Amino acid sequence: MTVLAALLVLLPFAAALAGMLGGPALTRALRGAPAADAPAGGTVVTDAEADADADSAHEGATPPAAAAAASGFAVLRNGPALIACVPAAVSFVLAVIVGLTLWQSPRPRAGTLTLIQTGSVPIRVGLHVDGLSALMAVLVCAVALAVQVYSVSYMAKDARYSSYAAFISLFTAAMLLVVFSRDLLVLYAGWEIMGVCSYFLIGHHWEDRSNSRAAVKAFLVTRLGDVGFLIGVIMLGVGAGTFEIPRLLTRLGDVPHATLLTAALLLLAGVAGKSAQFPLHTWLPDAMAGPTPISALIHAATMVAAGIYVVARLYPVYAAAPAALAVLGVVAVVSMVGAALAALAQDDLKRVLAYSTISQLAVMAAGLAVGARSAAVFHLVAHGAFKAVLFLAAGSVIFATGTNLLAGHGGLRARMPVTFAAMTVGFAALAGVPPVSGWFSKDAVIEGAQHAALHGGELTAAAGFYDSTPPQPLFGPGSGAFVPVLSGTVHSAPPTIPSGIAWLIYLGLLLTVALTAAYAMRAWLMTFFGEYRGTGEPRESPRAMSWTVAVLAVPAAVLGFFGLGADELRPHVASALLGVALLALGGAAAFLLWRRDTSGSTGADPSLVLGRARPAFAAAFGVDALYAAAIVRPVRRLARGVAVVDRQDVDGAVVGTARLVQRLAGALRLPRDGDPQTYLTGVLGGVVVIVAVVVIFL
Amino acid sequence: MTAIPLLGAVLLLLPAGRFLPGDAAVARYGAGVSGATLLVAVSAATAFDYGKASETQLGVNASWAPSIGLRFHLGADGISLPLIVLTALLTFLCFLYTMKHPPAGGQIRLLTGLLLVLEVGMLGTFTALDLVLFFVAFEIVLVPMYAIIAIWGGSDRSFAARKFILYTLLGSGLLLVGMLLVGVKAGTLDMTELAARHGAGLSRGVQITAFLLMGLGFAVKTPMWPLHTWLPDAHTEAPTVGSVLLAGALLKMGTYGIIRVALPAAPQGAAYWAPWLGLFAVIGIIYGALACLAQTDLKRMIAFSSVGHMGFVLLGIATLTPVGINAALFGNIAHGLITGLLFFVAGSVKDRYGTGDLREIGGGMLASSPRLAGTLTFAAVASLGLPGLAGFWGEMLALLGAYKPHAALPRTTFVVFMAVAALGAVLTAAYFLRLLAKITHGTPQPDAPAGVARISAYEYAAWTPLIAATLLVGLWPKTLLAVTTGPVRALFGGG
Repeated sequence: MTVLAALLVLLPFAAALAGMLGGPALTRALRGAPAADAPAGGTVVTDAEADADADSAHEGATPPAAAAAASGFAVLRNGPALIACVPAAVSFVLAVIVGLTLWQSPRPRAGTLTLIQTGSVPIRVGLHVDGLSALMAVLVCAVALAVQVYSVSYMAKDARYSSYAAFISLFTAAMLLVVFSRDLLVLYAGWEIMGVCSYFLIGHHWEDRSNSRAAVKAFLVTRLGDVGFLIGVIMLGVGAGTFEIPRLLTRLGDVPHATLLTAALLLLAGVAGKSAQFPLHTWLPDAMAGPTPISALIHAATMVAAGIYVVARLYPVYAAAPAALAVLGVVAVVSMVGAALAALAQDDLKRVLAYSTISQLAVMAAGLAVGARSAAVFHLVAHGAFKAVLFLAAGSVIFATGTNLLAGHGGLRARMPVTFAAMTVGFAALAGVPPVSGWFSKDAVIEGAQHAALHGGELTAAAGFYDSTPPQPLFGPGSGAFVPVLSGTVHSAPPTIPSGIAWLIYLGLLLTVALTAAYAMRAWLMTFFGEYRGTGEPRESPRAMSWTVAVLAVPAAVLGFFGLGADELRPHVASALLGVALLALGGAAAFLLWRRDTSGSTGADPSLVLGRARPAFAAAFGVDALYAAAIVRPVRRLARGVAVVDRQDVDGAVVGTARLVQRLAGALRLPRDGDPQTYLTGVLGGVVVIVAVVVIFL
Repeated sequence: MTAIPLLGAVLLLLPAGRFLPGDAAVARYGAGVSGATLLVAVSAATAFDYGKASETQLGVNASWAPSIGLRFHLGADGISLPLIVLTALLTFLCFLYTMKHPPAGGQIRLLTGLLLVLEVGMLGTFTALDLVLFFVAFEIVLVPMYAIIAIWGGSDRSFAARKFILYTLLGSGLLLVGMLLVGVKAGTLDMTELAARHGAGLSRGVQITAFLLMGLGFAVKTPMWPLHTWLPDAHTEAPTVGSVLLAGALLKMGTYGIIRVALPAAPQGAAYWAPWLGLFAVIGIIYGALACLAQTDLKRMIAFSSVGHMGFVLLGIATLTPVGINAALFGNIAHGLITGLLFFVAGSVKDRYGTGDLREIGGGMLASSPRLAGTLTFAAVASLGLPGLAGFWGEMLALLGAYKPHAALPRTTFVVFMAVAALGAVLTAAYFLRLLAKITHGTPQPDAPAGVARISAYEYAAWTPLIAATLLVGLWPKTLLAVTTGPVRALFGGG
């Protein structure tokens, strides 16, 4: 089983290496001689030119008449696409096999490749497969495969498709490493590699300086969080004497509580960075500068969910330090309400989705904070599916209209029926319309928060961690392996968070439901209804794109029913009714505001009602400007200061010493003027002094 | 099994006087000789018994000047072996590079001779097991490097070269005094003997003084903040091969010396000075990173980044734990590979654009020369400590060591060091990404040299082994840790 999992990780990695080194070369080989001898003529052959050659050959090799039939055929001759898609497909199949096997016999499996001695706590390179990781792997592989297939079309005209696809493969491998890793440090390695892939892919169109800045910002902000994460990992590892996750979780009793709490909080810094939670959320909206499929894979479905995954994975640490959970809860409330308000006022479709991602990730974090761990993971999976659909469909819209701005969309319902249908499912899931997946999962989180609020902050599912009985299954029998069961003697009472915070989380969640419905409704109406406001004639995108979106929309729609298998995930009448009422309230408000514009049939922008608050919402309350003033500029000033000090003072002292020595030497040289008389006088004077000293002191 | 590196060294002494017509032939000869040395080093690595990595192997031990107890004692163990291979590799790559890209200034024969003497010195330092022999080898290095900077350097070369040699000679003076102090008080100059005693026979005061003197000597070479100011000038002015060897191998002699000589000979002194060493190391990390953020010259920036990276190495040493020393040794190798690569690439950039100034280079290198920019990106990403590449493990292990330093050291202080150093890693990422954004992203300047020359086979040949080694060591850190962990434990008297 672990061999399968290892293959799962290594396949995309091999694909990435192959893609970096030989993508265009394979294309040339597959297309035969004509393209192969093309580069020989030029003196300066670059990657970009080689790719351009390949692409022009591609265009030439496909006669227009056969274009429709050849679209599938051309893929078979497209080296980078083959290198990217085939391993992704194989990985997906393997992930499904791993998932099914665990469903059948839900026993965690572990394998170790090697043990690396460091002189302190050793690093165990190995994999750990359990229900949670298998579930995540299926999600990651499914979305990665969809994105790879979709990108073949979406990026067909891009000269650097090969490196783009290779970075997606590398990202997939890194994410799977995070999912399956048995050792915290190996997990951290995958965690950082994801970050750098995200950097490269956001900056894919680096010709534009603003993309480059967005990429740098994304990397630095997440890296800032990762510093905390690494220190947290080190503290936990040294405290428990092992970096191996399952063993570490059983040894938490040996770690002093203060250390445990500090480590848990530091880990949260990394989680906030990766999962774009307040106050480290600012990189995600800017990250939308990357190609849209990347936003779907990395900045919606998988990488940003890694933070939530890690908290779920290390949940016993948090259950043992509930104060960290309270902090997580407050962070989540700020993120989910703030981001939802910001999403209301965005002009850019992708930025609406980006803020909604922050908000939805915060919903998962809130679920974790109130102990509804299964519900949070359930929402993670559902969100991964429907947000991937939303982004890929948004990519189709942008592909067709050539703009991200909502102002340039409108009336696309009839022109892009497949995309419309898929995106409707996506928005319905996002808003939580029953019976689409998002409704089930969000309801489960709200139910958990309600329980915590009504029971004085008692964590619902966390009780399961301290019983020796297996916890409630999630997604059928496979999930019995979800939770590393502690020996049961650690704590007798279930951990609690302050009840005020539990109430805050609960009310925040309810408010978010209404806000989510409002902004989802606004984006949906402004994109697909009314009249088309852009230029050109938008058409449905190529089948590799529209079909992929349509196929992915199916799980986004029906995934929720899997939750019926578990008690804690089943909808409850009271909270469900409340949720639906709030949903209707938010959605209806947006709809009525949109309808207000009676003059034309294009519909008004509902966000105009926000009036003077709108710019503040659109700028996400100016957090970016604050950071620029409080951190970025002072660091720059400090850097310039250091450079000057280095020149003038530190080095100045050195050079000054040298000059001083030179001058002293000059002074010493004075007596040596080459005149024997002076020398003799000097010698005589010296003898007189010595004699005088001897006489006086002896 | 005799001293194979010595054989290489003897071979290397020959060529300077040998007659070979034409510069190309001399360059080929240099590449041949250094290639042979590399082969010898690699075969030494193969012949090395990894089961007994903590023992000195492949040694030669002959009497040299019996009247004062000097011995000609060479050998390799798990601590020095990786550095020996690294040095041989880098020198060989430099010769390969010089074959096609000789530095401006001609006189290839002289350059070849100097480079070979340099290699003798470096290998000698890493294999010497006698204090005086170590010092001799340590000093041999200075003269050729001085000449390389002074003859083939940039516009301000004579100042840089003079600063380099005076500054490091000053350090060497202190080093010699410290070594002689240890030698006289302990009654032996043999390094294995001294290491085995763990400071027994030396009073605490002597140890403290000796460690201070030797530490200062090595710190100049490392370089440790605030003794680093010779480095940026030397790097900026030195030709590509000079920079590569200076950063890749020469700087390692400082930290290697601390681990090999100062630490085992005067452990109490080390414990006394370790918090200060850690403090300066952490200041160096932050200071180097901030200085990098404000640099406008490519080579100068890489030079300052060395100050930061060496800060991590020194922090590892300062923890006085096996994991910290492992971190230092790992960081040394990683820095040698990555910064060597960075300087090679910087040299190629300078060749093509005629300047190292970031503003004059402008942007869009990924468009005008994607492979050059791609390699630069790889090296920069490796240097900022991305896991999966060599740079990460050294930094991570140093932090791990600082979290739990040696029991005799103040733990809280070191935990603060750890946090500050970790923030320094963010700044490191910031300046490398700034560099990449500045010159590789964006669109090329309209007046940029049209058609940047393509990468030559020799440049590829110089880069590829470094890239491959960075990947290998990064993905499979066990390659190095398995070799160093044993001897490092032995250093602390454990098994």
